[in-house]
Amino acid sequence: MPHVAVRDLSVTYEGKIGFKSTTVEIPDACITAVIGPSGCGKSTFLRCLNRLIDNTPGARVQGEVLIDGTNIYDPGTDLSALRKKLGLLSQRPQVLPMSIYDNVAYGPRIHGTRRRAELDDIVRKQLEVAGLWEEVHDRLHQPARQLSLGQQQRLCLARGLAVEPEVLLCDEPTASLDPVSSGHVEERLIELKSEYTIVLVTHMLRQAHRLADYVLFMYMGELVEEGPADELFSNPRDERTRDYVAGTIS
Amino acid sequence: MRRRLEEVGFRTLMLMALLSVVGALMLLIMVVAINGARALNWEMVSQVPTGGYYLAGGGGVLNAITGSLALAVTATVVAILFALPVALFLQSDYGGRTRFAVVVRTYLDLLWGIPPIVYGAFGFTLMLYMGLRASLLGGVIALTFVELPIMARAMEEVLRTIPRALKEASYALGATRWETMRWVVLRQAMPGLVTAVLLAFGQGIGNAAAVLFTAGYTDNLPRSLFEPVASLPLAVFFQLGTPFPEVQERAYASALILLVIVLVISIKSRLLGRLLSKHNVLD
Repeated sequence: MPHVAVRDLSVTYEGKIGFKSTTVEIPDACITAVIGPSGCGKSTFLRCLNRLIDNTPGARVQGEVLIDGTNIYDPGTDLSALRKKLGLLSQRPQVLPMSIYDNVAYGPRIHGTRRRAELDDIVRKQLEVAGLWEEVHDRLHQPARQLSLGQQQRLCLARGLAVEPEVLLCDEPTASLDPVSSGHVEERLIELKSEYTIVLVTHMLRQAHRLADYVLFMYMGELVEEGPADELFSNPRDERTRDYVAGTIS
Repeated sequence: MRRRLEEVGFRTLMLMALLSVVGALMLLIMVVAINGARALNWEMVSQVPTGGYYLAGGGGVLNAITGSLALAVTATVVAILFALPVALFLQSDYGGRTRFAVVVRTYLDLLWGIPPIVYGAFGFTLMLYMGLRASLLGGVIALTFVELPIMARAMEEVLRTIPRALKEASYALGATRWETMRWVVLRQAMPGLVTAVLLAFGQGIGNAAAVLFTAGYTDNLPRSLFEPVASLPLAVFFQLGTPFPEVQERAYASALILLVIVLVISIKSRLLGRLLSKHNVLD
């Protein structure tokens, strides 16, 4: 059983459809891209996987999301433990109002790591993985907001990795970045995919082409088609997928 | 052409409004300063009134300075202890979207609109019931009531400006609501929270009506919670009420002292707030 499986999941916002009943399994150790035009429900889908959707006013979720075989919508689910398993990289980098060091150490600290030496190791290791260590190792205790947007996004990646998740949820992680910074983030995702299940929401087809191993295509709140990337891109079965991939609908 | 005129017209209106507000304030400060300057001396701020003080005898208003500080600082600290949890509860992360929250908000707005003299009368009744006489404690209770709604509502508005995405960044790491509030929201909101506290403090220290019955007045320095204390607003009131021009000048001097206290505390707290928020992520 994969880390993430979705059964009959649907979301409505005050009666309006977020997305319709969806059943899908996300393959482990690769990048699954969720593509589709804006407003097709792909971000909503992502927010269901770590239950951040709970914070959206008026959203109603039905169905099941199985993380490691357990339905996270069962009452009594430990949200803290759940979210520790699923790292999130959001559209705009959201650094926390603290130093670079504390941003990375924040997660481990709340989950009980207190020893300074241990935290030092985690911070260094994750900043290296995120490809940021070289740029910031001499100013770890400066405010994180001083970093460029691209650096901030990699800091957010390091911060997410520091709690040792199994799954990485990426919601258009390069949407607000310049091409060079986007490239940095994409490289990191490719390096990480052997160890993590990565779900990448993107509206950039070319990014999906570059990164995805598996693709879900959503259109107007519906999961239209899924399949291995090369298959879905070269030989789409559904007409809507064909049109979207060809760029005739958006 | 019309759009240009509009632009110039509204700019002029804004400038005029700004000038009249700033001008009126400057005028107020000048009147107080000019009238008070003559009477202001070291004796004023370092001595308590002597027997003939209100008949233009010697002494100062140290009793009122210390009394006011004791009243307002204590009331502000107590108000923070209540206002902050209330403001946090009113956030959407806790009870902010419930009907109860709507009721609480309306209630706070109502309390905000109640004249301080009513708090004074209410405090007085409460004290009679508890067997207290006019005292520092009574004054603190009344002032806390005056400050609470202002502080809670101002804090709530400040906390509400914290973007949801920032909180979600913390939640996504597995942080609880309290951890998110404590380490992310309060930090980010610190400068605004300081403003909220100052707003309430200003109301508290300048309030004469609420302390009139509850704190009483005395020529002594504050000694215990259960004895009457003096306060600057009442000192101004009493001194203005005498027929002696010298004493009336002292009323202005006392008002000036009050202004300076508010100014100094305001600047100090803003500096502190800025220091605490050097890591803030949004400007």
